Parts: sequence; C-alpha cells; structure tokens
Amino acid sequence: MKPFSWRFIRVWQRNRDVFFRLWHSEAPGFVAEPIIILVAMGLGLGAYVGLVDGQKYIEFIAPGIIASYAMFSASFECTYGSFIRMEYQRTYDAIIATPLNVEDVIAGEIFWGATRACMTGTVILAIEAAFQLVASPWALAIPVLVLLEGIMFASIAILFTSIAPAIHSFNYYFTLFMTPMFFFSGVFFPLSGFPEVVQSLSWILPLTPVVHLTRALFYGQFHHGLLWALAIVMVETALFFSIALVMMRRRLTT
Amino acid sequence: MTIIKTQNLTKSFKDLLAVDNVNLEVEEGECFGLLGPNGAGKTSLVRMIIAASPPTKGDIWVLGKDLKTHSRQVKAVLGVVPQLDNLDPDLTVLQNLMAFARYFDIPKDEARRRSTEILSLFELQNRCNSKIKELSGGMKRRLLIARGLINMPRILVLDEPTIGLDPQAKYLVWHKLIELKSQGVTQLLCTQNMEEATALCDRVAIMHQGKILSLDAPRKLISEYVGKEVWEIEVDSEEKDETVKHLESHGLDFEDVGGRIHIFHVEGAESVRGLLTSPELLRRRPATLEDVFFKLTGRSLLE
Repeated sequence: MKPFSWRFIRVWQRNRDVFFRLWHSEAPGFVAEPIIILVAMGLGLGAYVGLVDGQKYIEFIAPGIIASYAMFSASFECTYGSFIRMEYQRTYDAIIATPLNVEDVIAGEIFWGATRACMTGTVILAIEAAFQLVASPWALAIPVLVLLEGIMFASIAILFTSIAPAIHSFNYYFTLFMTPMFFFSGVFFPLSGFPEVVQSLSWILPLTPVVHLTRALFYGQFHHGLLWALAIVMVETALFFSIALVMMRRRLTT
Repeated sequence: MTIIKTQNLTKSFKDLLAVDNVNLEVEEGECFGLLGPNGAGKTSLVRMIIAASPPTKGDIWVLGKDLKTHSRQVKAVLGVVPQLDNLDPDLTVLQNLMAFARYFDIPKDEARRRSTEILSLFELQNRCNSKIKELSGGMKRRLLIARGLINMPRILVLDEPTIGLDPQAKYLVWHKLIELKSQGVTQLLCTQNMEEATALCDRVAIMHQGKILSLDAPRKLISEYVGKEVWEIEVDSEEKDETVKHLESHGLDFEDVGGRIHIFHVEGAESVRGLLTSPELLRRRPATLEDVFFKLTGRSLLE
C-alpha cells in the first residue's frame, strides 16, 4: 500500500464546496427519513412493544437510528457519489493529473464520506435531544464515534466501488449488505433473543459494535464488552481503509 | 535541453501491446506531435508520461527527474488537457479553475487573479458563473486548456485538443497554442489532424501499432516520404491494372487508394503523363503530412 498525504484535504475541500452549493438537493432526505422511522417505529410500533425494563421503545431505538443513518450517509456518498465522480464525471482522472496521487484522492473521498456520516449523526442526535430522548452528557461524544464509524463504512463502500462494474451493482450492496445490517445489528430489537451462534455472527457485521457503543454513550452506561466493540471498529476501519486504497490504485492506474 | 525522455518504454495490456519499446526525446520549448491512427498507442504513451499509468517496462524522465520516484514534482509542472471532457460539472466555470488551483496549492488570491486572467485570455470572462453543461463544445474545450494552464506549466500535454471543434474555435485554440510556445511552454500534442500537426508541431513522430515509425519536422517527413507534390489520378477498375503496370515499369513511387492512385516523388516527372490512358484525369497538388501518414500506416481500417 502506498501512503496518502495531507493533500487529501484538497479533495475533501472540493466535495465540501460542492455539498454546500447543492446541499438542498439531497441533505434533507438524510434527516427526514430517520425522523420518520423514529416516529413511525418508535411511537407507532412502540405503542405495542413492551420492553423488559419498562424502557420506552422510542428510547431503545434512538441511538441505533443515529448509527444506522450515519452508516447510510457514508455509504451513499462513497458508492453512488464516488462512482459518478469516478466513471461519469472523470473527476478522479482530472485530479490525478495534478500533484495529488490516487491515494490522496481516495483518502479525501473516504474522509468526506465520514464527514457526511458525522453531519447526519449529529443532526439526528440534536433532533433526539429536542425530543428529550438523550439520557446522558456522554452523548456529546457520539459525533466523534460516528466520524470513526463513517471512515469504516466509507472505506467499505469505496472497496465495493473499486470492483463495481456498473452503477446498478450498488443495488446489491444496499439490498444484500446494508439493509440486512440495518435490521440485524441490534438497532430495533436486542440480539439476545437469537441463538448464540447468530449473536456471535452478528458481531461480524460492522454496524453491531457501533450500535452498542452509540447506545452506551447515549445512556452513559458502560461495560467491559464495549472495549471489544471499539477494538473491532478500529481494526475493521484500518483494514478496510488500507484495502480500499490498494484496490482503487489498481482500478485507476491501468 | 531534453525535457522529456523515454527509454524502452513499453505498455502491455492483457492481450495487447499498446506501446512497444519507445525511445523519445522531447526538447524544451518545442511542440512535439504524436500522430497515429486510432489504437496506435498515443494515449497509452501519454498516460504513462503524465504518471497516470505505470509502464510495463522502461523508464521516463521529465526535467531530468525519474518519473517513478518523482511523480508529484513532475505533475506539479505539467499541464494536462485530456481528450475527454473531465471538467467538474458540480462546479461553475470559475470554481473549476479555483478548485484546480487548490490541487496545485496555489494561494486563493493568486488563484483568483490567474483564473480571471486565463478566462479572459480564452474569451470566457463572461462565463465565470456558468454551469459546465451550459457551455458549448468549443467553450468546454477552451476551458479545459485554460484549466491546464492554471499552474503555469512548463510542459503542456494535449490529447486531441481541437477534436470536434468548428473551424473558428479550432483556429482560436491553435492561435493560443502558438502563443504559448512563443512563451517557451513545451508542448506534447497527440493528434489525428494532419493539418494541425503541420501547423503547430516542430517535430512529429508517426506512431503505428505501438511503435514510432518515423520522427522529423513535418516538412522533412513530407519531402522524404512523398516529395513536394503528389499527383492523383482517378481510374476505372478496368484501366487500373494497366496504369499500375505502367507506373511500376517506370519505377514510380505510388499508392493505390481504391478509386484513385497517388503518385509520389514526381518532381520533374512530366513524362508520367504519357503513360496515362486519360491524362485529363490527373490532378497535381502539394504533398501533405496526410500522404506520409497513409504511406507509413497503410490505407485499411486498423481496428
């Protein structure tokens, strides 16, 4: 793997400029949907759900909604968004002809995807705080956590983008990877109801440890297992980030 | 001084040898043309020189620096004008230049000054806030060249800079390129347009199937391969064999182009007229680089 340099910031700045020029065309969707889910599931479905410890269902799902929609933000940005820039707009080709290398471009894309995740996560957190759902000041650390989560999911997305033959390929990515993860990572129901094997397997899904960490910060309730969760997230982030850089160099410099 | 040098440069893809052992030397301040049919390997060669694609074999030095180890420094002094429009459609005309300046670490104020200057140089000053999709083909092409100049490059690499342009736009681009050359900017120009190569290039390399077949000043290539004038004869298929036989027996250099025969090196060969069954169908015209091109790369479609 070739390292990336500080020049990645130029790509991040480019994406930021475009985002603030065109934000009204996509950003509201990323906030509207989680609120709808929160209200529909939390209040609608929640009226029929009794949790063991008497917790309200909307309170149970609130932290997982932050983690999942941060994931979706980074994933959309670095699949459809990156693919369009790479294949249709040829933006990467143009940038690679300047002092930036492939690694700088891809790192810039990943950190921008992470920034989007962080923005989405923070906005949802603020809305949930307005609904008086947030239980602990530790929740102020959630933006940092979702930034890390964003780097992980942006890297995984870029990795998939590096092998995607066409833009339609991302339908698989979302229906076969993102959506199952959304439902089986402990966002909407505790995984403890599943057999042990399924529970262990769900920890392989990168969203599961993030949901646990977000929930812990949301309520300010910590336990030793969280160190494992954090370690898993960090290792997966470093791993997918490195592979994404290698794979993209392979795709772009033929 | 040699500003670009390649040694045994080779690029092969799965089952295609795109560039085959090319040795090139481009001198500082010259306009160097790469001429060749589709698939000749021009773009593959240029992509290696701008560090966008790693060579399969061989070396490249730009400004004396090995491209393998100094790609960033080299790219900092290159201006690249690609064949396909890769302007940033998410940004306006001015923002395109400003974002590009930022990739080169040009401070904001300086970037704004240069962008404004370059835009008026290319007569785009009234289009600063336009979206890219609102520009005509000619404007996009001018903006691509303008963008390639934002870092005040020492070497400008252009891939088919006037393809698809109307004559007015084409001449404007030529004029700007000639001006840039007079300011000392070295140019490496890929083109299929013979007129363009003749008008702009000091030296031309004719490329075919990954190899450089010939390299010289356009005028010299013409006089060496085809002479000053070319005679064209229109012939029926019945007459053709006989005419060809005549020409062969007189040791003339000619090429059979389907409905026509082109005869080269005809200076002082008035006697040829006598060989023809219908001399009134003979047409004399000055020889061009296109004749050289056909002679070296053949007539048939290559793809």
